[in-house]
Amino acid sequence: MEKNKIRSDHPLDAMLRTDRIPHIWCPGCGIGTAFSACMVAMQASGINLDKTVMVSGIGCSGRGAGYTRLDSYHTTHGRAIPFASGMKLANPELNVVVFSGDGDLFAIGGNHFIHAARRNMDITVICVNNLIYGMTGGQAAATTPCLAKTTTTPLGNPDPPFSLPLLAFASGATYVARWTILHTRDLTKSIEEALNRRGFSFIEVLAPCPTGYGRKNKERSLDTLKIYQERTVIKNGAHPMDAVMDFGNSITLGKFVDHDRPTFSDNYDRTCRPHFA
Amino acid sequence: MKPAVLTGEHFMTGDVACAEGALAAGCLFFGGYPITPATEIAEHMASRLPDVCGTFVQMEDEIAAMASILGASCAGVKSMTATSGPGFSLIMENLGLGICTETPCVVVNVQRAGPSTGLPTLGAQGDMMQARWGSHGHYEIIALAPASPQELFYTTITAFNLSETYRIPVLVMTDEVTGHLSERVVIPEAGAIKLRHRPAPKGRKDRFKAFQPGPNGVAPMAIAGDGYGIHVTGLTHDERGYPGMNVETQIEMMHRLTQKIRNNLDDIIRTESYRLEDAEIVIVSYGISARSSLAAVDEARAQGIKAGLFRLITVWPFPEQQIQKLAEKVRGFVTVEINLGQIHLEVQRCAGSRVPAVLVGHPGGAVITPEQIVDTLKTAF
Repeated sequence: MEKNKIRSDHPLDAMLRTDRIPHIWCPGCGIGTAFSACMVAMQASGINLDKTVMVSGIGCSGRGAGYTRLDSYHTTHGRAIPFASGMKLANPELNVVVFSGDGDLFAIGGNHFIHAARRNMDITVICVNNLIYGMTGGQAAATTPCLAKTTTTPLGNPDPPFSLPLLAFASGATYVARWTILHTRDLTKSIEEALNRRGFSFIEVLAPCPTGYGRKNKERSLDTLKIYQERTVIKNGAHPMDAVMDFGNSITLGKFVDHDRPTFSDNYDRTCRPHFA
Repeated sequence: MKPAVLTGEHFMTGDVACAEGALAAGCLFFGGYPITPATEIAEHMASRLPDVCGTFVQMEDEIAAMASILGASCAGVKSMTATSGPGFSLIMENLGLGICTETPCVVVNVQRAGPSTGLPTLGAQGDMMQARWGSHGHYEIIALAPASPQELFYTTITAFNLSETYRIPVLVMTDEVTGHLSERVVIPEAGAIKLRHRPAPKGRKDRFKAFQPGPNGVAPMAIAGDGYGIHVTGLTHDERGYPGMNVETQIEMMHRLTQKIRNNLDDIIRTESYRLEDAEIVIVSYGISARSSLAAVDEARAQGIKAGLFRLITVWPFPEQQIQKLAEKVRGFVTVEINLGQIHLEVQRCAGSRVPAVLVGHPGGAVITPEQIVDTLKTAF
């Protein structure tokens, strides 16, 4: 009986603003799982949590910053990355983690993403990709699959989506991975790894949005998870060009890029501030 | 390597004096984007910040530049950007974030003629109302308008001091003419420059409320990485920094954001008077237009018109009490500015129905001459 006793505490209590729970995320939403993976990875990574900051943009995933006990900054729509860049450059001791959604990071914030990757800003970017604008009620995003129904594409999405790992790789990210919320252990391990990498690390996390995406496309949360289970193929080391995302057929997961190149600060110190080295 | 404060006499442009003022104020981070006629500020910061172990980063646009300086400030570093009209429009988005999150920083606008791309190389003062109301929502803001390279040096220091004291982005609203004008600039000893710093938190970290106002209405500011575990958001938030999606939280937050400025006007508002003691007609002007106005006062006096100048150094918050007081004893006001009536609207409001207020304006691209002002002084009253 003892082990069935109801417990009031949670293993992540030390990481969470428990006075802000319950959170806003819908039943069946995947953001909470991605967020938990991020919290567990931070605890496991050994980084100094007092020196770790979470920065978010706007949207459902952007609310993540409001639930962690870390120093956290909930910024404007799309601008988490340049805000995080300023933080990191002002105080290189900080571990700066951006936790935000696909609409935020890749439509309104797309320009900031590619430039921060190009400069190799030493930050970790975790993108919860639910293929949709959830907070505003299910509009098409830059990640919405072609022909998918959304409130702004009622006849089907005429646009093709970005491949986020390919975009990250082409822009210069030094760590690129894609997982789903079903692959929690791989995801957590990947975030932990990325936190300990120098340079621009990017992890895409596929997550269901039953409210915004599922309803319109006749896909229940469990259906989405089944797709994650049955149609995903883990190919670590695959070229980002080959990281396909065809929900009817095959989705490539894995760590695609993990290499080292000088960060913005390395280059700046060497080029502009050698006298302080 | 040069020191932060270049003590001595110099011949420099307003843009360079502005950058030197920032360095003297302790600025260690500049996030910028090139734009005429503010580019020289970025260029000078790019070359000078490494001297003081600061960081210059050229961002992908002004939206990112503004976001980056807010991030840098939240990490504990004095930060700044500089731009002109089109970039100022992009800055408006995150200016609101800076106001809502009470993040100190300095934004310089070297104004050029607009709207849109306008006249990139020619001066104007057409962004004064944008400075006041350009970001969405209702808020208080501090905007300063220097009238010379020397004053740009000091005003930039003042801008940093006010931004740190009141935890608010401060705007330096200069113009192309002042920015590109080369004049004598005297930089004092470092020890003679008084610097202010954001109020630091005291007491137990676990009981700290990130937005609980101190005695002057301003909340002490915890820095990222200091172990306070703060949450900062552009959503309407309570004293803990927690979002509160209700009218009560909005009312309380708006009270904090506005009262910290409105209750400290004596410290924030800076003006200068010239021959006002017996003046019957008062010119209200600022920036480069105030220099034409100064010459116009002397010329008008030589022609028997009792004119004086009330120069705004702080434009926002508007020195309304001072203007209202003047309205009780003068015959009229003349507003001189390189736009078609922006600050003039405020002068009219404060003059009320008591005395007439006349505008000497210009659509932009040229400086208003003393002769134009004197002509109006002679004919309008």
